[in-house]
Amino acid sequence: MLMNMVGALNNALSQILAENPNAIIMGEDVGKDGGVFRVTDGLQAKFGPGRVMDTPLAESMIIGTAIGMALSGMRPIAEVQFAGFMYMGYDQIVNHAARYRSRTRSAMSVPMIVRTPISGGVRTLEHHSDSPETLYAHIGGLVVLEPSTPYDAKGLLIAAAHGNDPVIFLEPTKLYRLFKQDVPEEMYEVPIGKANLVAQGESLTIVTHGTMVPMVKSVVEKKKVSADIIDLRTISPLDEQAILDSAKKTGRVVIVHEAPLSFGPGAEIAARIAEKAIFELQAPIVRVASGSFPYPFPAYETYYMPNEQRIGKAIDKVLQA
Amino acid sequence: MIKKVYEGSINYMQILDENGVVDKSLMPKEITGPLVIGMYRNMSLTRAVDSKVLSLQRQGRSYTYGPCIGEEATQIGSAMAMRKQDIFVPNFRQHGVFITRGMPLDRFFLYWKGYEDGNVIPKGVNGYPVIIPVSSQLPHAAGIAFAQRYMKRDSAVVTYVGDGGSSEGDTYEAMNFAGLFKVPCVFIIENNQWAISVPRKNQTAAETLAQKGVAAGIKNILQVDGNDVFAVYKAVSDAIAASSGGPTVIECVTYRMSMHTTSDDPTKYREQSEVDMWKQRDPLERLRKYMAANGLWNDNLQKEMEEQNIKVVDDAVEKAEAFKLDPRSMYQNVYSFMPQTLQEEMDEMLESSTAHTE
Repeated sequence: MLMNMVGALNNALSQILAENPNAIIMGEDVGKDGGVFRVTDGLQAKFGPGRVMDTPLAESMIIGTAIGMALSGMRPIAEVQFAGFMYMGYDQIVNHAARYRSRTRSAMSVPMIVRTPISGGVRTLEHHSDSPETLYAHIGGLVVLEPSTPYDAKGLLIAAAHGNDPVIFLEPTKLYRLFKQDVPEEMYEVPIGKANLVAQGESLTIVTHGTMVPMVKSVVEKKKVSADIIDLRTISPLDEQAILDSAKKTGRVVIVHEAPLSFGPGAEIAARIAEKAIFELQAPIVRVASGSFPYPFPAYETYYMPNEQRIGKAIDKVLQA
Repeated sequence: MIKKVYEGSINYMQILDENGVVDKSLMPKEITGPLVIGMYRNMSLTRAVDSKVLSLQRQGRSYTYGPCIGEEATQIGSAMAMRKQDIFVPNFRQHGVFITRGMPLDRFFLYWKGYEDGNVIPKGVNGYPVIIPVSSQLPHAAGIAFAQRYMKRDSAVVTYVGDGGSSEGDTYEAMNFAGLFKVPCVFIIENNQWAISVPRKNQTAAETLAQKGVAAGIKNILQVDGNDVFAVYKAVSDAIAASSGGPTVIECVTYRMSMHTTSDDPTKYREQSEVDMWKQRDPLERLRKYMAANGLWNDNLQKEMEEQNIKVVDDAVEKAEAFKLDPRSMYQNVYSFMPQTLQEEMDEMLESSTAHTE
């Protein structure tokens, strides 16, 4: 069935709630309004306000009470309206959700999902376009997922709901309605911890995720270069093997992400390649990322984040080195 | 036009006064001889445990520790009011609650000796581990209470926060959630007058800490003498009995007789005269006076309890000190599965640190 990412997520949430009576959806405006991006549209009418619950406007409380529910055998799926507002709940995520398992030696765990829209490119007000995935990926104990397609969105969300770990589920705002894809109607899982090789080639490897995946694909097609394109899908735990296998094969690596350059996901990926495959590289690794400063106001954003031209130049650079 | 849109008041309750005399009109009838002796037993064991950990800490056999000396009535009174199925969510000073609820003491010592393994709480204890970041446990408690009702379990949640923690946003956020969804949660504000070096009066201009629940729409709000084990017991029993209708906030007015933790020296920031004044209100002293006046006390009981405390505590310390750690457990309990990258980190650690592996 053809679905955009919003539709695929809505479909997955509906199936998760139908499958598990202890699963609930909670967050701001998730009820009648169906969420500000309509991801939960119609679910309250279907499952009732006891299972699709509008909460007071307080991110720490949303995540903190979800932790309590998860500790008690429920499967809360919390929505935080924008990643830029999730910092209010960061303490609950870092100090509690991430470490309940380790600090109790697995006697207790927090199987919850926190969904939030991430990244920009859609001309929003301030604070609505941040890409803070490394803030979560740096915290051991969290699973950090970021789909770039409707198919992966549904499969990863279902895998998260069937897992036993706290999951930060990042949904690129720009990709919510960008394109439709054939998505199976039945439940299926996209495996957590496995990157997706979305294109195969010989000349170089491009490691990317989220909003940058369609952009990278477009550049590769236009330039007619032979490239492996790796869509991480799971930011953490990182699929190091997939990256190393491809880097060793092509010997040339470009990393593209929308998050700021400094200490971004590219730093981790480049370091792992350097540690384990540096002698198989034929060119220095090149990173294409956003500026190392707070996300700008909408008038400036096209100059802030990677665009096709910058990605194209980076590809030329590693191929010519 | 002006009209009054809200009016409220908060009551203070004391049953057992400083001289050990009870207000019979308020005394719950289930508080009889065996229960009173049980209360005293748990309070005296808690004090013995505090003194043991402080001694171990000074000898370098345990790490930073915040004793609960002076706060035993609040902790034992509330823990004994809980039914078996009720659940406690503590902060880091509820040693009396853990002890009363039957936490194995060797696990307790293990936690304060720096082992995560001490956080493995047996099922019947029905509680959650120590929470160190201040007040962030309250949203958990509200969520756990929500889950009890959602999953149709007949359990209430009793959670604890201090006077300092009552200033945190999470305290209000949790109470607001609990008030809105009417979850079975009892919030105990253990007001021990000091947040490390900051006195209660510098924490908030609010006249009581109990009134923090007012803005959250919580209907059952009470301030009690936190050094009066009978008043705390009654307040928490009543709150649990009413919990199917919604949450309660109980401020227990007590006093931290000792340091915040072993890392600070209270003589730097507070007057001895204040400590002496609170000594007159000591919760154990008060209960002993009541017991003596009501034929529940004799020297043999005192001797038997002291000997029993020493034996129980020493056995537990011995067991805790015999615990052998396995450094692999750090890596094996991060996720429900073992990521390849983490496996490699563990292998690298094991190759170069054989000291503790068996």
